[in-house]
Amino acid sequence: MSTSTPQTSETAVAISLTSRRGWWHRARDGAFRGAVTGSVIVGLVVLVALILQSLIKGWPRLNLDLLTRFPSSFPDLAGIQSAIFGTLWMVGIVLVTALPIGVGAAIYMEEFADTEAWYNRFIDVIIQNLAAVPSIVYGILGLAFLSRGLLDLGPVVVTAGLTLSFLVLPVVIIASREAIRAVPSSILDGALALGATRWQGVSRQVLPASIPGIATGSILAVSRAIGEAAPLLLLGALQFITFNPTGLNSSFTALPIQIFNWISRPQEGFHVAAAAAIIVLLCITLLMNAVAIWLRNRFQQTW
Amino acid sequence: MAVATTQRPASRPLEGLEAGHRRYGEKVIVGILFACAAFSIVVTVGIVFALVVPSVDFFRAISPVEFFTGTEWAPLFKNSKFGVLPLLSGTIVVTLIAAAICLPLGLAAAIYLSEYAARRTRSFVKPILEILAGIPTVVYGFFALTFITPLLRENWPFGTPPGVFNALSAGLVMGIMILPTVASISEDAMFAVPQSLRAGAAALGATKYEISTRVVVPAGLSGIIAAFVLGISRAIGETMIVLIAAGGTPTLTFNPAEAMQTMTAFIGAAGLGDQATGSIGYKTIFAVGLTLFVMTLVMNIISIRLVRKYREVYD
Repeated sequence: MSTSTPQTSETAVAISLTSRRGWWHRARDGAFRGAVTGSVIVGLVVLVALILQSLIKGWPRLNLDLLTRFPSSFPDLAGIQSAIFGTLWMVGIVLVTALPIGVGAAIYMEEFADTEAWYNRFIDVIIQNLAAVPSIVYGILGLAFLSRGLLDLGPVVVTAGLTLSFLVLPVVIIASREAIRAVPSSILDGALALGATRWQGVSRQVLPASIPGIATGSILAVSRAIGEAAPLLLLGALQFITFNPTGLNSSFTALPIQIFNWISRPQEGFHVAAAAAIIVLLCITLLMNAVAIWLRNRFQQTW
Repeated sequence: MAVATTQRPASRPLEGLEAGHRRYGEKVIVGILFACAAFSIVVTVGIVFALVVPSVDFFRAISPVEFFTGTEWAPLFKNSKFGVLPLLSGTIVVTLIAAAICLPLGLAAAIYLSEYAARRTRSFVKPILEILAGIPTVVYGFFALTFITPLLRENWPFGTPPGVFNALSAGLVMGIMILPTVASISEDAMFAVPQSLRAGAAALGATKYEISTRVVVPAGLSGIIAAFVLGISRAIGETMIVLIAAGGTPTLTFNPAEAMQTMTAFIGAAGLGDQATGSIGYKTIFAVGLTLFVMTLVMNIISIRLVRKYREVYD
């Protein structure tokens, strides 16, 4: 194993040998270094431009009125209160459905499944495929079974929330599996050796140790659900809603839907409102991403 | 060999200790957990049923030959036409533009992160790049429409500038959106290349450029291709950017300065108009959705296989 372990000092010594080669090799090396660094800079520049552009454009409308008012046909009076509450309802539904099912599935796949059995390998492939299905296809799923078709509930809070739950379920499963896998098996072995059953060992030792990883993955999954617009559009959620949702079968609007609505209007005033709402949406999703990254770094354990 | 101790099967022999008395509660819990895992099969079957059943109905009314070879797409007009080629060409053009951005930039960013960046630089550059992947797509659509499109229109070097809605701006922004996905999977593949290969090349006097392009990239190639395929699959399936910035006119053209409608944008737009359930307009959503699903599924399966391959080689 000694050859494959990272030995950066040896590499560094070896690399210094290369300086003896001709100017052409050094120039090519420098140009390549510049090119690969430049590609990262392109990404960062676009990120900064995107945030700055929304800030500059949305600045005039970025105040409390935006948060407390309801949608209106006058751009200067329009606000996002109903959109924020609609988004909160959907986050709630995702938290009580996708989270427990996803973590349960991850526990089964990592700790109880016989990895050789054909059905477990099948589930494994299915989960990876589901993670890459385009979000609009989940909209079609919701359309065919929940919003119309089978249950015919219409574009209400529960149909949208469940559709988003299906969408983020594979994300939760994959992240939780990685978190559980990172806990060394010696911990479970210790519990088993003391006479614990497998479930006792998993639920009292492995699961608590993997909570930071599961939390990180879940936050990223919820942040994805908050930003999704395409599946909701397909359910028929683009509506003029001037009230907060009152229950599971209440009509609703959500932040990305409201933003899309304003972008597609011709009046410049609505574009300003859209930019301001985008800042709010970006604050929420970027804050969640930051918390997730912080959690990962803060509680990352090396066993 | 620290690796061996992290493998689960080592704990199997201990299970004899658990057999002291039967624990039915344990069996119930395992059953519930299995049901959670099996739920992903239910979702998959649901997706397949949701797409296939109305599509079969659709193809009873409209021949598949007309659907796949027709050059006009106007399903919601009185004199309706059901040729999917304009939507397909729109999807291909936008995807090619996005790929031209995200594949080279993503690969280069991965090389930078894996071969060039110092550990400290990497630890903050990588999360910042990942933020790009976390930005909602509706925001990218707004950015394409109100920033990139005006930029293109004002500085257009060849003849008539692009319209307010055009495939180019949507494709460019989509490429940036997918960049972190390509970069992060490619970097995983490069990370899996054993350090000894790099050290060997360096000992023979190779420059960093040569190590990167002739050792690390070829060794991680299957993972890099997997990243490319997944990136392209994401471009095909992306909806909001094209719906906002590329326009809503299905035109069979390969000129990126023109407005186009992709398959995803059609599905999204059809959701806006209120199609009566069961009408032929309603069923087109599912026929186009099935076409889209099959295309992305094939690419995803290729990608998953390739990732598994490189993991097997070096793990």
